[in-house]
Amino acid sequence: MPQTECLRVENLVVRYTDELILDDISFSVNRGEIFIIMGGSGSGKSTLLRHMVGLEMPASGHVYIRGTNISSTDEQTFMNLLKKIGVLFQGSALIGSMTIGENVALPIIEHLKIDSRLIPQIVRMKLSMVGLACFEQHLPNEISGGMKKRAGLARAMALNPEILFLDEPSAGLDPGTAAGIDELILHINRTLGTTIVIVTHDLDSIFTVGKRAIMLDINSKKIIAQGDPRTLKDSHDNPIVRNFFMRKSVHDS
Amino acid sequence: MKPDSRDTCTFEISAPAPGTLHISLAGDLVIDTVHKVLEGVRPQIGRHLFENAVIDISGINHLDDYGVMAISEIRNMVGIDESRIDVTGTSPEHKIIFDITDFDRNTLCQITPPASPNIIVQAGASTINAYEGFVYFISFVGAIVMSVGRVVRHPRSLRYGDIVMYMKTTGVDAVPIVGLISLMLGLIIAFVSSMQLKVYGANIYVANLVAVAMVQELGPIMTAIVVAGRSGSAYAAEISTMKISEEVDALFVMGFDPNLFLVLPRLIAAVLVVPVLTMFSNIFAIAGGAIIGVTMLDVGMDTYINQSMEAIKLFELMWGLFKSSVFAVLIALTGCLRGFQAQGGAASVGNAATSAVVTAIFLIIFFDSMFAVIRIYWG
Repeated sequence: MPQTECLRVENLVVRYTDELILDDISFSVNRGEIFIIMGGSGSGKSTLLRHMVGLEMPASGHVYIRGTNISSTDEQTFMNLLKKIGVLFQGSALIGSMTIGENVALPIIEHLKIDSRLIPQIVRMKLSMVGLACFEQHLPNEISGGMKKRAGLARAMALNPEILFLDEPSAGLDPGTAAGIDELILHINRTLGTTIVIVTHDLDSIFTVGKRAIMLDINSKKIIAQGDPRTLKDSHDNPIVRNFFMRKSVHDS
Repeated sequence: MKPDSRDTCTFEISAPAPGTLHISLAGDLVIDTVHKVLEGVRPQIGRHLFENAVIDISGINHLDDYGVMAISEIRNMVGIDESRIDVTGTSPEHKIIFDITDFDRNTLCQITPPASPNIIVQAGASTINAYEGFVYFISFVGAIVMSVGRVVRHPRSLRYGDIVMYMKTTGVDAVPIVGLISLMLGLIIAFVSSMQLKVYGANIYVANLVAVAMVQELGPIMTAIVVAGRSGSAYAAEISTMKISEEVDALFVMGFDPNLFLVLPRLIAAVLVVPVLTMFSNIFAIAGGAIIGVTMLDVGMDTYINQSMEAIKLFELMWGLFKSSVFAVLIALTGCLRGFQAQGGAASVGNAATSAVVTAIFLIIFFDSMFAVIRIYWG
């Protein structure tokens, strides 16, 4: 099967006032794959994600989603593009005053011409996809952290996006719950064929879900490694990369 | 670069035998096509009665969860028992989608019953709520009194630095807005009353009117309302944010009394600065009145000031300042109370701030009328 590219980042440079955050980042993501962006805390992983979904504008460089340059396109095209992507934020970002069901229904009501009687049914399906059937009526503060992530995922998938961006999906969860989220990610990728871009530093989930990854370096602000995480762990020549996988303290070296 | 187009789905409806309905779907039954398909199918099967139905989905290339929803909706449209409707032509790909969407799996949810619409039940529930709110308020006041007692025994447990900081944010920072509002108020009272008093040639009594109205009633009330809006809401927002992010709990387990740590500095700061602000408010209002008196009524500056000084009795001034310190207690207490009552997410912070201001303003007016009654019998 020929691999088609659905997301490309070209020579991205990010600067906050005078501080360089990301330098010359280039990579591309193919349709249907799970792509991992890893790196230590403060290496700019989440910043990169915010630029990829158009929340922030880069100092220079370009981001292409389905071949469209998101920083130079007109608003209408960009809005249409947003319907093709879904984002799960680190803190789930569920609207606290709405129930889980209302959170999931929000983008569906706004963007689709669907009979309002059918909305509860589709919400129910979305929630059972993430294992949260019967939680429509709960408020976000009534459910656990893992469930919030699942609900956030259901909302991100509401419009059946082609690309899902997940910001630290397993952060703050116990190992069992985190493994459950990893399984869910693999399941979504396998059954729906959704392209998934994950920002994480959780080693277990990197090895469980990732076939292709890039690693950002906090010092050089560049990509210091890319490829299959398993290969990187065993045979990368840069000690920083190997230390990351071996969980060696950064202060040791 | 464009993905394969997914925007066509065709359907065919026929009746191969009497009483049997045959619907075949072909193409992509996905998020972008379900609307058209449902709109097209609905009018064609609405009119007939069937005993059996077959929904043939073998021609569907792409199916997603919206498509599954459309299939189950078409099944509902036929309007006969589900066991007599066959979904045929399911490919392995379709099966996967059916599985993840729990198609045909009856998951029974326990649904919490909605609030009873019975008006008596509702009245009862809100009475209980009001009673519990009142009990909470009383126990909150009690807890504050206990904290005051602790401060008396251990004066060093009070955070004096915080008091100074809140005196600045509640008092000093409020001087410009209190000054401006009071100046305008003085101008308005003087202007409106001069219209009436001019008729009797009693221009000079504009000074009395402004001074007495401000010192006895308007100064304390206007200042309290401005402080409730500025600082009462801020207290509620700060404390409720701390509450929902577990900072209050963190203080408790570190051995702090949250009331002593959070409420008392705000309470003391408010009681100290609100009377001072009220004094400023009185002065600015009299200045506003003087502007009208001097420019429009030909009253000399010194005459106006002398007349005002004569109109104000020291006791009235002190009574006004005493009222304003009571208002300060009300503002700080309701602000902190509403903050502590917050639970949940971002919306509760907004609710706490709103409800702090509303409650504080209500209590200010209520206590002010009580003070008026007290003065009647006091003589």
